[in-house]
Amino acid sequence: MNQKKKKIRAIVRKSERIAENIFSMELFTEEPLSVRPGQFVGLYPDGEDKLLLRPISICEYRKETGILRLVYRVQGGGTKEFSGWKEGKETAFLGILGNGYPVEEIAEKAGGETGSVLLFGGGIGIPPLLALARELSAKTKVTTVLGYKTEETFLLHEFEQYGPVFTATEDGSCGTKGTVLDAVRENGISGDVLCACGPTPMLRAVKHFAEGRDCYLSLEERMACGIGACLACVCKTTDIDAHSHVHNARVCVEGPVFAADRVEI
Amino acid sequence: MEKTAEKTNRPDMTVEIAGVTLQNPVMTASGTFGSGMEYEDFLDLNRLGAVVTKGVANHPWEGNPTPRVAEVYGGMLNAIGLQNPGVDVFIERDLAFLKEKDTKIIVNVVGKTVEDYLEVVERLSEEDAVAMLEINVSCPNVKEGAIAFGQDAKALSDITGRIRRVSKKPIIIKLSPNVTDIVLLAKAAEDAGADALSMINTITGMKIDPESRRFVLANKTGGLSGPAVKPVAVRMVYQCAQAVKIPIIGMGGIANAQDAAEFLLAGASAVAIGCMHFHEPDTALQVVDGLEDYLVRQKLSSVRELIGAVRE
Repeated sequence: MNQKKKKIRAIVRKSERIAENIFSMELFTEEPLSVRPGQFVGLYPDGEDKLLLRPISICEYRKETGILRLVYRVQGGGTKEFSGWKEGKETAFLGILGNGYPVEEIAEKAGGETGSVLLFGGGIGIPPLLALARELSAKTKVTTVLGYKTEETFLLHEFEQYGPVFTATEDGSCGTKGTVLDAVRENGISGDVLCACGPTPMLRAVKHFAEGRDCYLSLEERMACGIGACLACVCKTTDIDAHSHVHNARVCVEGPVFAADRVEI
Repeated sequence: MEKTAEKTNRPDMTVEIAGVTLQNPVMTASGTFGSGMEYEDFLDLNRLGAVVTKGVANHPWEGNPTPRVAEVYGGMLNAIGLQNPGVDVFIERDLAFLKEKDTKIIVNVVGKTVEDYLEVVERLSEEDAVAMLEINVSCPNVKEGAIAFGQDAKALSDITGRIRRVSKKPIIIKLSPNVTDIVLLAKAAEDAGADALSMINTITGMKIDPESRRFVLANKTGGLSGPAVKPVAVRMVYQCAQAVKIPIIGMGGIANAQDAAEFLLAGASAVAIGCMHFHEPDTALQVVDGLEDYLVRQKLSSVRELIGAVRE
């Protein structure tokens, strides 16, 4: 399962804007990849003034077509450059990075076909959950709650093929007005295992809401190397971490997905 | 026979630092490369002149709060704060890994007090696999120790002398560029018994996000590295090379063989690759190969002919 990390050559096959500041890019790679939901790649801007990789979560990967889909938010100069990349553009990304969600373990803890998993996605934390929803839906019941700023939603309908989907928006223009947890309360949604990806306040709230249930959180942190060497992207852990023997796990290697009770957020 | 003939046609890439012969002058810069383990997927560690490890203290250090890094034009700021597992884990795990490799091991040593440094130096002096120690008296990101020793000639002289007396390994003093006159510090280290110098550590910088009006780094300040610092580093290597007799390991934004050649011409006996590994994980290896090609092109038979050979 642990494939070698390397620079992987890719060609842009499709790039489109799917919501305000949100872009979907399809990259074709000749070589077959082994990808788990929740893993990410490091995409590099071309400009020589920008050196560092942009860690971008993998939305989906289809082995049969060789298409790796990234859905990202334009946040600064690097991602702005990506949004301008056209079909045929050649690049090389660093991959495949991070641990990803342990799909088998999650499905098993949920109780398999008779159980259920509740997915929480907030903003740009939504994309990696799509592949997770797909893989989990083959093993257990999946319910998804997605939080957006406004009614300008994205990926929403793609989630619907894997189970019921509820939404929450900050301005109330689509679904429940408020947070993903407001949507849970309003709709009486439940789940045996919880998985979440999104802004830290949301992750914190989901962790609290889990109340003893198994819960997996995907964290985000500023990175430099993406492979565990520079120790920039650490998060606080409850246990002594294996690498530095303090309480700092590396989000890029031990994460980005952590069991909620292992991290302090 | 053929192979030997081919080999003798290639330039001699070996250099010597404090009595230690390196197969080539290309090292990794401390803090950017861990202990090499994470980079094994990308390059053959056996082909490097030396691996310089991340800083090692007497006990595990937590480092600074996050965010610890920020990108800036042509480089980056970091304020990791020397997170490390301490010398015991280092010897058991990292050194055990590295000693299987055909490269020289240089361990970067950090501490909050002189005694901390001495404890690590004494422990590592007993390890045969360690070729040299690089003394980090120039990390700008920790409040105690480190840079406090590297910005004052008297303090630097004192710690260098004390380490020199207990170390059984050659010691390299890593100099800070955050000083008025780096030459004074270079001379102080040499006079106190340093076997070599490495320079430059990062330049203290700061980044503010005008939208959020906040500091980008939790530590507010961080060390600037990357191509943006290279001209400063080349200048400092040149100045120091004019003033001291001990060898200098040059670093600061080296991205390719041309950059490495600049440092050697300025007077460095070896070079280290740091930040650019985050851009291209096999940069050090590209520099090794590129430097060899450069020597062929320049019709030089040894890389040592480059050292300090800048023309007026």
